[in-house]
Amino acid sequence: MISFSYLELLGLAAPEAIIVLAALAVLAVDLLVMREASLRDRFLVSGLFAGVGLAAATAWLLAVNVPPVGAHSASLSLPMLPGMYVDEPLGRLVKVAILILALGTILLSLAGEFTRHVGEYLALILLATVGMMLLVSARDILMIFLALELTSLCLYVLAAFNKRSPASAEAALKYFLFGGLAAACTLFGLSYIYGLTGATGLAEIAAKLAAPTPDPLLLAAVVLTLVGFGFKIAAAPFHLWAPDTYQGAPTPSAAFIASGSKVASFFVLAKLTSLGLAPAQGGASWGAYTPGWVPVLALLTVLSLVLGNLAAIAQTNVKRLLAYSAIAHAGYTLLGVLAGTPMGLTALVFYITTYGLTVLGAFGIVGLVEEAAGDCRLVDFAGLGRREPALAFCMMIFLLSLAGIPPLAGFFGKFYLFAAVAAAAPNLGMLWLVVVAVAMSAVSLYYYLQVLKQIYVAPSPEAPASLRVPATTRVLLILIAAVVVLLGCAPNLLLGPLLAAQ
Amino acid sequence: MLAWTVYLSFLGLLAVLLVPAGNARAARGIALATALAGFFAALLGTFQFAPDKGVQTLVRIPWIPGLGIQCFLAADGISVTLVLLTGLAAVAGILFSWNIEHRVKEFFAFYLALIAGVYGVFLSFDLVQLFVFYELAIIPKYFLVAIWGSTNREYGAMKLALYSFIGSALVLIGLVAAYVASGMKTMDLLELAHYPFPAALQYWAFPVVFIGFAILAGLWPFHTWAPTGHVAAPTAASMLLAGVVMKLGAYGALRVAMTLFPVGLSVWRDAIGLLAVIGIVYGALVALVQQDFKFVIGYSSVSHMGFVLLGLLTLNTVGLSGAVLQMFSHGVIAGLLFGVVGRMVYDRTHTRDLVELEGWHLRRLLPFAAGTFVIAALASMGLPGFSGFAAEFQVLAGAWTAFPTYALLAGIGIVVGVAYTLRVLQKSFFGESEATAEAAHPLPPITLPERIGAGLLIGATLLIGLCPRLLLDLIGPSFQSSLFEQVVKGGKL
Repeated sequence: MISFSYLELLGLAAPEAIIVLAALAVLAVDLLVMREASLRDRFLVSGLFAGVGLAAATAWLLAVNVPPVGAHSASLSLPMLPGMYVDEPLGRLVKVAILILALGTILLSLAGEFTRHVGEYLALILLATVGMMLLVSARDILMIFLALELTSLCLYVLAAFNKRSPASAEAALKYFLFGGLAAACTLFGLSYIYGLTGATGLAEIAAKLAAPTPDPLLLAAVVLTLVGFGFKIAAAPFHLWAPDTYQGAPTPSAAFIASGSKVASFFVLAKLTSLGLAPAQGGASWGAYTPGWVPVLALLTVLSLVLGNLAAIAQTNVKRLLAYSAIAHAGYTLLGVLAGTPMGLTALVFYITTYGLTVLGAFGIVGLVEEAAGDCRLVDFAGLGRREPALAFCMMIFLLSLAGIPPLAGFFGKFYLFAAVAAAAPNLGMLWLVVVAVAMSAVSLYYYLQVLKQIYVAPSPEAPASLRVPATTRVLLILIAAVVVLLGCAPNLLLGPLLAAQ
Repeated sequence: MLAWTVYLSFLGLLAVLLVPAGNARAARGIALATALAGFFAALLGTFQFAPDKGVQTLVRIPWIPGLGIQCFLAADGISVTLVLLTGLAAVAGILFSWNIEHRVKEFFAFYLALIAGVYGVFLSFDLVQLFVFYELAIIPKYFLVAIWGSTNREYGAMKLALYSFIGSALVLIGLVAAYVASGMKTMDLLELAHYPFPAALQYWAFPVVFIGFAILAGLWPFHTWAPTGHVAAPTAASMLLAGVVMKLGAYGALRVAMTLFPVGLSVWRDAIGLLAVIGIVYGALVALVQQDFKFVIGYSSVSHMGFVLLGLLTLNTVGLSGAVLQMFSHGVIAGLLFGVVGRMVYDRTHTRDLVELEGWHLRRLLPFAAGTFVIAALASMGLPGFSGFAAEFQVLAGAWTAFPTYALLAGIGIVVGVAYTLRVLQKSFFGESEATAEAAHPLPPITLPERIGAGLLIGATLLIGLCPRLLLDLIGPSFQSSLFEQVVKGGKL
């Protein structure tokens, strides 16, 4: 029996502990004190507690016991539980990004009228955040699986939170069924990996796997694990839940599923493949494939890029359009995973955090339009540019950033990812993936322009539903748009810390 | 001083955005002041410019140090020429869109964003920065055409945006390959131009990047966005599209594709030269049979831009300088032609059908427009004394030494050019058919802004036509700099 000090563990995982405490505080306040108050006040007070918790955790991550730059990650985990929880500079930045996205999600939901269970809703967002933070720190397949499940279970419930809407229930059920299947696949694959190596820590697994030729059983394990992750990140052909879930779930929930959970899942996927499965890497250079996880991911990338972008063209509902564009973006982000290099990881983190912010903003605006018009078809956006110039301008920034138009954050993310993946194989071997990605981003401009055409070119309907825009939401959206522009004009603000933390 | 063209445009854009929505006069005034200030900055910069010193740095600061990307504005004679053209076209475009009354503030905001992007491209010597400015121009173009355009505007706008974006996607692939292959330390054009990229890379990267840029220059068979886009666009936008945006493509092809991949250039030169010649002849022949006034000008642009591309591929100083001079010349003349067709004629008659216009007897209704169009047509045909003559003559002279067959074929293009220009001149203004009812009603007179705009452009084409040395002395020495060393040698290593 190994003995260890819980105090030490608490010291290491203090940010997570803070968020758990905040979740409990939110529950207690809402259920014990605020039961009789109005919905709006309950959201405000509970949101305040949640916000304080998130801010405190962020402050801790940025200021307390910052691990020295370049320190080896193994030295920063608990000695008796190597790999269970790792505190490293890059991971801290990713956690900060997740906390900011969680805060954004909470701010978006403050004016929500989709639920009366305020305390539970916010507490679940916070618990999902804890799951994501643990994912970022996990370097052990057991811990990865547990954190993945913690996150997923919270998100399933968040998707179902609009009890009056059958679509919300359908969204949650689809998400749950696909997610459950995904978890089963991942667990099955991970059990093979454990069986082959007898280890759960990623570093030990890599050490034990270092055989000249990969075992066929290992390849089966890799494929199964990646299938599970493919569901999680909504990569084609495992994307089927995404459009319905995005459309049916309450908007803040969908935004969080699309932003925060993506950031954490992609980060841990990159760690799992590049650290744990390094010996089974394989290669996807043009005409010179070797088996491993790189060609599997390359296949998922190409399918996601092609299917996501082409299917998005046919959408008339903006939430579904964003869902298919999310599938396409999973394809772009996978480029960073399959590069398997430190540069790839940095590019991935840059891309997925800026994507998360952008998509949070886009969902925020779509949510406002949906609330006013009852739906979010393309035509519901007609004339938005005249009615709400500021928000329409924000939407233009978000969509053009998603399309990768400079000088917005999305462009530099893409450029960096492309350079990383082209540099990952000798002689530009994986440039063909860049070609596919660039070609598909040309396609994507078409459907983003379809939305912008409605906003700016199409005439306003006769009696347009007027948007009810809470001040917090307006400030938040303008702030996000400003950050997207800022990170596009001065990418170094984020790239500098990321490179320093490598 | 030249760098201020970019800053001033962005400042003007901000100022226009801050104008209250209803105040059309303020938006118009700010836009004109911005364009004028940009033009004067360009003129001043030109006077201060010493053409013999090669590429002159204006601003050079690190932008993304981790990736070796800089903010690097610089200029040589080619940049200066095109910056001048942009200033001129920007001022003329605003004068010709003085009558815009619909969503004025947004119109000029998009207009200034486009101008800022164009200035930026011509002055960027860092490839990422150049690409950023290049793409910055796409979205304003889309909205200018889609919101304020005429015939089939949404289709034309989308086609224009997608062609531009596909072109820049091709460019991006080449840039990423060059960046990675050279070791990912720099995107500085001056350094990368001296990097010996492996021949295998150059063989595919050259056509990809060259065609990516040349799509925007109207290279046949990727030109089809140009006529539809020009026709759909509002007057100012078609003036800018033909006047400067098409030059972005030709400029990029010269500045980036040819200098980075000279070995690829030597291999693909004949094939792409053939496409350019086909463009010259095909554009002219199609222009000969158009019913729509604007389509004639649109296809004539394809034909004239073919001369630019042909001149670039001659790889000798005469032809290259001719190509750059032709960029300037066509920018001015096409701007003038689109101004007459779009603003002076179409905004008053609401038809561009040449058969209908024959009955309008426009020479009587709009004598000033007729006079302007006659001058523009003469310049477009390449009559001596106008800039088109000096430019196309140089291109042909250069092509004669490089590929004589192509030069002969391009000569046919010139003859057809005379034919379609005379045809459209005769049908539009000097119709012989019986006067229709419309011919009796007087049209609104030509306004002062239109007169000034037309005067500016006519003055420019005459000035350069009579004294081409003004620009050639700027352009010529640029090709002696080390940047073009490999290009002028024909890519022989």
